[in-house]
Amino acid sequence: MAEEVKQVRKPPDPNSAKYKLGQIAAKAYTDVIEAKARGEKIGWVSSNFPVEIPETLGIPVCYPENQAAAIAARGGGERLCQEAEGDGYSNDICAYARISLAYAKLGSAPEQDMPLPDFVLCCSNICDCMIKWYENLSRELNIPLIMLDIPFNPDYEVSDAEVAYVKGQFLAAIRQMEELTGKKWTEEKFQEVMKNSCRTSRAWLEATSCAKYTPSPFNGFDLLNHMAVMVTARGKAEAADAMETLLKEYQENHETGKSTFRGEEKYRIMFEGIACWPWLRVTSTGLKSRGINMVTTIYADAFGFIYDDFDGMIRAYCKVPNAINLELARDKRVKLCKANSVEGLLVHVNRSCKLWSGFMNEMSRQIGAECDIPVVSFDGDQADPRNFSEAQYDTRVQGLMEIMEARKGGEGA
Amino acid sequence: MITLGIDIGSTTSKCVLLEDGNRIAATALVSAGIGTGGAEEAYRRVLTAAGVDEGAVARKMATGYGRKRWPAADGELSELTAHALGCHYLLPGVRTVIDIGGQDAKVISLDGQGRMSGFVMNDKCAAGTGRFLEVMAGILKVEVGELAAMAARARAPAPVSSTCTVFAESEVISQLANGAAREDVVAGICRSVAARVGALARRAGVREPVCMSGGVAANDGVRRALEEVLGVPVTTFPQAQLAGALGAALWAWQTAEHKEMT
Ligand code: SF4
Repeated sequence: MAEEVKQVRKPPDPNSAKYKLGQIAAKAYTDVIEAKARGEKIGWVSSNFPVEIPETLGIPVCYPENQAAAIAARGGGERLCQEAEGDGYSNDICAYARISLAYAKLGSAPEQDMPLPDFVLCCSNICDCMIKWYENLSRELNIPLIMLDIPFNPDYEVSDAEVAYVKGQFLAAIRQMEELTGKKWTEEKFQEVMKNSCRTSRAWLEATSCAKYTPSPFNGFDLLNHMAVMVTARGKAEAADAMETLLKEYQENHETGKSTFRGEEKYRIMFEGIACWPWLRVTSTGLKSRGINMVTTIYADAFGFIYDDFDGMIRAYCKVPNAINLELARDKRVKLCKANSVEGLLVHVNRSCKLWSGFMNEMSRQIGAECDIPVVSFDGDQADPRNFSEAQYDTRVQGLMEIMEARKGGEGA
Repeated sequence: MITLGIDIGSTTSKCVLLEDGNRIAATALVSAGIGTGGAEEAYRRVLTAAGVDEGAVARKMATGYGRKRWPAADGELSELTAHALGCHYLLPGVRTVIDIGGQDAKVISLDGQGRMSGFVMNDKCAAGTGRFLEVMAGILKVEVGELAAMAARARAPAPVSSTCTVFAESEVISQLANGAAREDVVAGICRSVAARVGALARRAGVREPVCMSGGVAANDGVRRALEEVLGVPVTTFPQAQLAGALGAALWAWQTAEHKEMT
């Protein structure tokens, strides 16, 4: 019998960005669990809600979308989706919503636990499905819902009227949260949070822009992991520190010719849409094995919140990717494609996310034409594993590779 | 130089033996696809038909759903590139290839040099694919091969509008129950495939000349319906079902040449 070889894992370097970011992501849950145990009121919050508000007030919050992604990535998506379907939720509803509503009923999931909320915070700048999801959480758990309305913006800029409309709601939400938790808003704390948020965002934008180098100093799938910190903790000093470390590492990688993308980077693509969390390994291997590096995604741009006062913060939230029109959404992506020498666009037509996928055919067509790159799409789902076919994905990715190769004048066709 | 291409699909295996990249020496089509002995059988048949032994084949390329599971292959390529190459050989200058196979439908765009420049494929649903036609033939208790002739005899095609195979199945059953002629229902089925694939084609952009490949190309009912939907002539060839295997054999030849040059 062969001798058993034990794989010795190198202990993670506590000064590395990966370690620091991992710690912050884990702490996002433990902090809230501890706060709940101390008897503090805790909230659930949607990802494009202004995190600066609970952060300034010192209110512990956690993020159902991140939890749903973690549950799905660890194999629990189908179970919880089916649980929600058994309760009458259609399988056409976003899988994050189904997972979250099932979790709210069960109160526990071995893949990723999170304490049940005392109130929920939602913002309409994501999608309409999310509004109903949070309304149902509020009803089922019999807890208050604070809802901010940031309308879809058909224009290129954010008007003063929109800022005024949204500002009234931000101020009312702050008052409501103060009443609910007994905590107080202070200008000093807001200034500190704003400073951190801008520092984190700047480092993130700069780190992700290192994909402009060929080869890129990182594998774009890294961004999907690090994004969790941008969503949950960008207002914290530790997050700013970790992102600055990440930037330093990417710059060093570039200088020393290293990359977190293993193997030769033969092709560079942009990935459009949310990751297929239940099939993350399959989707990333399908690219990596062919030397395709996903060098950029809209997330590289989406979580860079840079502003210098309260109104500036409002403007930033009025311009999150899901709340903007096709032309602006297209131009942001075109900029990323051009800045990062992207050679092809791979679009995830996400069964869960009608908002994101709905205008994708037309938008990706326009991006392809403007950047002169091939565009290929595949069907999948961010969290329901039943909506993905490995063979179909593989054929499409191979087809994309063959087009990119042929355009380089290689063996493709 | 002899090269070979094999296309292992979901329901059939196709094999083409090519001489010097420009003469088809033998072909084989076996009605058994991935996970069966179909690929081996097709391979043996072309060798026998051409009277060559295995050692004489300089390079073998696999394509199709089962392309990665055929151990004898020297390499593999996607069925997209394979159909583009195969159709460009059969119809030089072709700009749009519509390939409807057993479980997927694709529309491939080619540039002026015959290189694939883009493609659009069906989503997960089986409507608009060969499988859809099989299910419908099953309900009508006829062979898939009979559908084209039946469609040609239709007087007033019955509408089959559902985009879901299961719903379309009940639509067909109720059409029959309401006394619609079987021929009219078959024509409706062909139109429904054409409507779905036509929408894909419009997304990809239809540039003439347009040709059809894959197993469903033999169904003239679908081909004609596609012409109606797209408003352009849609050509096909007797070897349409072999286009993928032919493309693989051509690619085997091209890459072998390329290898010799470098
Ligand atoms: S539908 Fe899309 S935008 Fe809405 S919650 Fe789900 S993933 Fe987010």
